[in-house]
Amino acid sequence: MSEVLVLIDHVDGAVRKPTYELLTIAKRLGEPSAVFIGGSAQGADVAEKVKKYGAEKVYVVDDAQIKGYLVAPKAEALQQLAEKTSPAAILIPSTMEGKEIAGRLAIKIESGLITDAVDVEADGTTTQSVFAGNYTVKAKVTTGTPIITVKPNSAAPEEAAGAGTVEEFAATVSDAAKGAQIVASQPRKATGRPELTEAAIVVAGGRGTGGNFESVEGLADALGGAVGASRAAVDSGWIPHTFQIGQTGKTVSPQLYVATGISGAIQHRAGMQTSKTIVAVNKDEEAPIFELVDFGVVGDLHTVLPALTEEVTKRKG
Amino acid sequence: MNIVVCVKYVPDATADRQFESDNTVDRVGVDGLLSELDEYAVEQALQLKEKAGGEDTTVTALCVGPEKAVDAVRKALQMGADQGIHVVDDAVAGSDAAATSLVLAKAVEKAGAEKKVDLVVCGMASTDADMGVVPAMLAERLSLPQVTLASVIETQGDQVRVKRDGDTATEVIGAAMPLVLSVTDQSGEARYPSFKGIMAAKKKPLETWSLADLGVDAGQVGLSVAWTEVAETTARPPRTAGEIVKDEDGSGATALADFLAAKKFI
Ligand SMILES: Cc1cc2nc3c(=O)[nH]c(=O)nc-3n(C[C@H](O)[C@H](O)[C@H](O)COP(=O)(O)OP(=O)(O)OC[C@H]3O[C@@H](n4cnc5c(N)ncnc54)[C@H](O)[C@@H]3O)c2cc1C
Ligand SMILES: Nc1ncnc2c1ncn2[C@@H]1O[C@H](COP(=O)(O)O)[C@@H](O)[C@H]1O
Repeated sequence: MSEVLVLIDHVDGAVRKPTYELLTIAKRLGEPSAVFIGGSAQGADVAEKVKKYGAEKVYVVDDAQIKGYLVAPKAEALQQLAEKTSPAAILIPSTMEGKEIAGRLAIKIESGLITDAVDVEADGTTTQSVFAGNYTVKAKVTTGTPIITVKPNSAAPEEAAGAGTVEEFAATVSDAAKGAQIVASQPRKATGRPELTEAAIVVAGGRGTGGNFESVEGLADALGGAVGASRAAVDSGWIPHTFQIGQTGKTVSPQLYVATGISGAIQHRAGMQTSKTIVAVNKDEEAPIFELVDFGVVGDLHTVLPALTEEVTKRKG
Repeated sequence: MNIVVCVKYVPDATADRQFESDNTVDRVGVDGLLSELDEYAVEQALQLKEKAGGEDTTVTALCVGPEKAVDAVRKALQMGADQGIHVVDDAVAGSDAAATSLVLAKAVEKAGAEKKVDLVVCGMASTDADMGVVPAMLAERLSLPQVTLASVIETQGDQVRVKRDGDTATEVIGAAMPLVLSVTDQSGEARYPSFKGIMAAKKKPLETWSLADLGVDAGQVGLSVAWTEVAETTARPPRTAGEIVKDEDGSGATALADFLAAKKFI
């Protein structure tokens, strides 16, 4: 069986959940080989984690030459690994960085690229959600090695014992790839809440909150969910951009999406329309968000949210 | 400075967007416009020109697309770009991102034949395909560094510094021109064309190039040689109408809690 390369999504060696989803998908296509571009000292640790989800091999690419630069060196490393392993496919997390690595790689190895897949079948057919979630598209790479970036929550991670054999891979990074340097980096502060794109429950606030995100956060905490926002709330400076949901923010597809004080513009829908269950609180019964909901409350969020939070806390006991 | 801004002509996102029978995006039946996210790219290019003092800097708007796509170039000219290039050729229809980036790269090379291009500015993503990969592909094809997803841009001589919200950190990226830059909708509102701008745009140079002008073989682009194939497009079934209640003296919160409990969220 051919190898399937899976680029590990991690922050300083801490493996992020989408990696396990990608490994689960990779098993449908061939033999999962995880690729860790990071500190080689962390390689063994990372291998322990990914082998539980079926990684047979773990290529450890030391990032001494790679860290500190934007995507180009990572694309070179993957190109060299692809040449060495002739994989059946290359799966990359659908983050901004992941998509750019994939873009460069696709040109380098003259291979088709599919971005933002929400499912990948055994024959490589992908499913994507397009036009703000209004259409579902099935597509396939027809030339070269399929390169597919996969969105978080596209598969339930399945545990499966893999050998997890560590193999150091020395990538050659060209000077040309070092053109764009990361001059400074400030890691995002942890909120203590689930990661927005991975959360099972998301509570989002819009312009209608009037900047009162405490009641949004209160409900999110009572439900054990993440907090999100519309662009209007971000543009008003009430909450940082990383919490924005929509076309130019994050796409979420949780089990439950709670929209509060959000009208439901097409660009916002683009980031949440595929949520399993959608509820909304909005004082305007004509708000387009009500076209999407499974359950809606027409009312003032300033009274409904605190009452709901109290009710949830009480029922959870 | 020689700046090229890549602007895409896209179907209006607020209209009923659809696919053709060959599964390509319907670019004719639906009203189109300059992709809103590329307006931010035009804006930043114009600001860079203004900061550089104007005279020695040229901003060229470049679009690859069908006949009607010239509207996107015109809009950029009305906003203040100095000249426009529209690459139009029947063979381009149905191109995927890889082929589009090839045509854009050849056009950038031709645009820089006399005076080299220092900066290629793109939007963060197109509002139709929404892949966000063309800037990276273009950088790869032109063998240039990419500085993407910028929200704040500063230049000093040939040095470019941008601030951006990365996936896990806020970063400052530095690189020397020439390079490919992409900007987000956090970079600042785009200007509206003024009446004067609209009048002036009519006299600005606008060239139309074919694939032959770029030295690109028709067999390298288009639907039939795309590296990916769309097998099927399906309209998402409309969501079944949910239950909507009016809140009266706290009844809304209780009803919603009942719903969440029934769905096992609490
Ligand atoms: C290129 C482009 C990209 C964009 N990208 C995004 C994106 O990624 N994400 C995004 O969200 N938007 C995006 N937008 C903006 C989008 O078009 C809308 O402007 C935005 O989503 C509106 O946010 P909102 O719903 O919070 O505000 P509004 O549309 O102003 O809606 C506020 C809602 O709150 C309700 N309300 C007010 N007070 C109360 C109260 N006390 N209790 C209950 N309800 C109340 C109102 O009835 C109203 O429905 C983009 C736009 C463009 C052009
Ligand atoms: N056909 C095109 N003509 C001009 N610029 C384009 C075209 N396609 C993509 N671009 C540029 O590349 C960016 C990203 O596009 P995409 O990768 O399709 O999301 C856009 O914001 C444009 O700046």
